[in-house]
Amino acid sequence: MSETKKFLYLNRKAPYGTIYALESLEVVLIGAAFEQDVSLAFVDDGVFQLTKGQNTKGIGMKDFSPTYRALGDYDVNKLYVEKESLEERGLSLDDLMPLTYEDEDDDYAEKDSIRVVSRAEMAQIMDEQDVILSF
Amino acid sequence: MSILHIVNKSPFERNSLASCLGHALDGSSVLLFEDGVYGAIKGTSFSDTLGAAMASRSVYVLGPDLAARGIDESKLVDGVKVVDYAGFVDLSAESDKVQSWL
Repeated sequence: MSETKKFLYLNRKAPYGTIYALESLEVVLIGAAFEQDVSLAFVDDGVFQLTKGQNTKGIGMKDFSPTYRALGDYDVNKLYVEKESLEERGLSLDDLMPLTYEDEDDDYAEKDSIRVVSRAEMAQIMDEQDVILSF
Repeated sequence: MSILHIVNKSPFERNSLASCLGHALDGSSVLLFEDGVYGAIKGTSFSDTLGAAMASRSVYVLGPDLAARGIDESKLVDGVKVVDYAGFVDLSAESDKVQSWL
């Protein structure tokens, strides 16, 4: 029963316009209870989920962007963001929320959860998974 | 006859905005809202298309949808005008028709 599988949540939708981004986040948090090897991928419009400075007061919807900061506490600390997707949208790492986790294997040092990877690297990451869940 | 074209889809995911701009006559207005506001960001793979269309059309973007998505007004293509919900209503009232590009 202790077999650990590699799970990748693939996020390709912008937040707020559709429900996919929020639903993905909910499933990730639920899935975190099962102690699997979890990674998140942000590709295409999915990179917009991580932009900083989101303020939804004017549109009457819940701002769920602070929830991404809680992922580190659930041992979800591999957030792969595709470089080409950022560039096509005029974004860089500086436009994203700083997300960190405490590495228990390294005296609880604070480390970055976001890892910007190329499209080719992302393809390899997908290939290494046991399960990919798409949102 | 003036038409207000409204677009609520990301130009990186659908061709709604590209098709809209291909059909919007000179002098017409285009309002970007919901995920459509991503089309107004400068320095993207779409911004040249928008910039070219703006030579003869007015482009507006809904402010509350920009704020929700963390897009600062300084990041918009030059010439894009930000409106609030009341401004959206005014644009609709001033136009003969409102055409939605889903």
